[in-house]
Amino acid sequence: MNLIYNHIPDRCCSPQRKQKSPHPLLLRSIFLIIVLVIAACHTREKRYNQHVLPAEAPTSPEQTEEFAVEAPPFTEGIFPCSDCHNELEPNPTRRELDWHEEVTSIFDHDKENRWCLDCHDLNNRDSLRLASGKLLSFEESYKLCGQCHGEKLRDWRVGVHGKRTGQWNGQKHYLLCVHCHNPHAPKFEPLTPEPPPLPQKISK
Amino acid sequence: MKKDNSRRSFLKNIALAAGSAIALSSCDMKAIDNFLQKNFRTLSKDEVDDIIASLQQEYKEKYGKEFTVSAKPATDGILFGYALDLSRCIGCRRCVYACVEENNQSRDPQIHWIQVLQMEKEKGIDFADSNIHYNPEKVPEEGHFYLPVQCQQCRNPQCTTVCPVKATWQEPDGIVVVDYNWCIGCRYCMAACPYGARHFNWAEPSVPDDELNTNVHYLGNRPRMKGVVEKCTFCIQRVREGRYPACVEVCPVGARKFGNLLDPESEIRYILENKRVLVLKQELNTQPKFYYFFGV
Ligand code: HEC
Ligand code: HEC
Ligand code: HEC
Ligand code: HEC
Repeated sequence: MNLIYNHIPDRCCSPQRKQKSPHPLLLRSIFLIIVLVIAACHTREKRYNQHVLPAEAPTSPEQTEEFAVEAPPFTEGIFPCSDCHNELEPNPTRRELDWHEEVTSIFDHDKENRWCLDCHDLNNRDSLRLASGKLLSFEESYKLCGQCHGEKLRDWRVGVHGKRTGQWNGQKHYLLCVHCHNPHAPKFEPLTPEPPPLPQKISK
Repeated sequence: MKKDNSRRSFLKNIALAAGSAIALSSCDMKAIDNFLQKNFRTLSKDEVDDIIASLQQEYKEKYGKEFTVSAKPATDGILFGYALDLSRCIGCRRCVYACVEENNQSRDPQIHWIQVLQMEKEKGIDFADSNIHYNPEKVPEEGHFYLPVQCQQCRNPQCTTVCPVKATWQEPDGIVVVDYNWCIGCRYCMAACPYGARHFNWAEPSVPDDELNTNVHYLGNRPRMKGVVEKCTFCIQRVREGRYPACVEVCPVGARKFGNLLDPESEIRYILENKRVLVLKQELNTQPKFYYFFGV
């Protein structure tokens, strides 16, 4: 009511006109009802906040050394390497190759000190090879990288360097180091950015 | 305001109100139902089911598609947290558009829940001097770093406290949500948010039919209407099903990390315990659950 009276110019509110205000008891009961409604809403909201699903049994995979990884990103047709290399005499001499131009032309990974056979095995071309002589499948190439980039490997295992997809509370799939870093030229390739946002329209 | 704002205009208003009441009653019952819907948090399970069913029907009529509208509640023992590796992000904006598609953001007018700020390494984090319109041939650009900003999912959110109708609140798993049916579009929350993370539908949002994501959550990516506020929900429709947010999955450099802050085995906890971590505008005491870190 007050709101309305405020808008009414003085002339209609001459002092002799007695304002008829609602009965105080009525006012009080309205107030009480409002308070009750608000309180009821609050307790219902509180209850809503407690209304959560029971915690699910954690579905984390068993702790094993092997990680579920995406398939190695081979160029089509290159693997198994033994398709060619079974027919070729293995040659451990460091030299300019007349083959594998796609590798040799870009090779830039501590080039001075490294050559193909620091990572690939001389006799079993379908395997990688650790410095210890242990053979590795290409699904485990992260162990090879980890020999020299131990800190990165540690972060990778826990999902902090690199990327995992799947379930945040369950089975995860790892991208291998080589999905993001070409082992022969590991610097991350720059990307073309997606378009910037449109200029803000002036809204009236 | 004019002076003769008197009883006459008061009566005029009454007449107008009565008129609109009549107009309201002459339109279909659904509009009235919507109008009379209670606050989402006070609804019973049956009432929620009814609303979901009627929304699915409404979307089918409006978009000619079957939608799956979820209202899956939070799970006990989960508090979602997010971390973004500033030493990895290259500013490619893949996240911006993955988010737009996953969450049915309006294409025209354009709404982006994620903003990627380009900053100069020399100056450090400096919002005043940041650029969101960078568009070179390739990123990253020499001498720059990139800082994507979206809803910071504060533990102490200012946006929810200022809402006069309680249309926005923090869920038990920490996600700050908006009930679009309840939002009155006053935009107080936008003014209160220090991160510019809330966005308003000034016009009827538009999403091409063949790009609609029909897998939606009531409190998340369901189609919005003109006049309501929206923002990032950590992809509530995905994360409550155990999946990663769309931006985490798309990031080509693996800079985006997500998980349960209450789980000591999660990557998010590893980051908080082992990396250099910061939050934006810490001095405001909003206590974000969105962290930035240096993986290096
Ligand atoms: C299409 C045939 C072909 C395939 C498939 C192939 N290579 Fe070769 N590779 C060659 C030839 C030919 C040479 C010898 C080039 C030379 O001597 O100049 C060679 C040489 C090499 C060498 C140098 C050492 C040596 O023994 O001569 C390495 C290391 C190598 N290949 C690794 C691989 C790996 C790893 C794969 C599989 C991922 C692979 N190659 C698949 C044809 C092939
Ligand atoms: C730092 C270790 C390392 C060095 C050094 C290295 N490679 Fe590799 N190479 C790898 C790994 C790891 C892969 C597997 C990539 C994958 O999983 O797709 C690979 C893959 C390949 C492939 C298959 C590529 C494709 O297109 O799919 C060829 C061929 C190859 N290497 C040849 C060579 C040759 C020739 C050299 C020497 C010039 C060499 N590599 C040096 C680690 C190395
Ligand atoms: C035998 C040791 C060794 C192995 C094995 C090795 N690296 Fe390296 N890597 C180095 C050295 C040394 C450097 C630094 C020199 C350089 O930049 O060329 C380096 C540099 C890098 C860089 C930084 C490149 C840049 O320019 O920013 C990346 C990324 C990288 N390696 C990834 C890998 C990956 C992925 C693997 C596994 C396929 C791997 N490395 C295996 C020794 C190794
Ligand atoms: C999701 C993609 C991705 C995966 C998977 C990944 N990295 Fe990286 N890595 C990056 C990016 C992006 C950078 C930053 C490169 C840059 O700025 O040039 C980086 C940087 C590096 C560097 C350079 C040092 C630095 O911190 O900048 C090394 C070394 C490296 N990674 C090793 C590895 C190893 C080892 C693995 C596997 C155990 C791996 N990476 C897996 C994306 C990845």
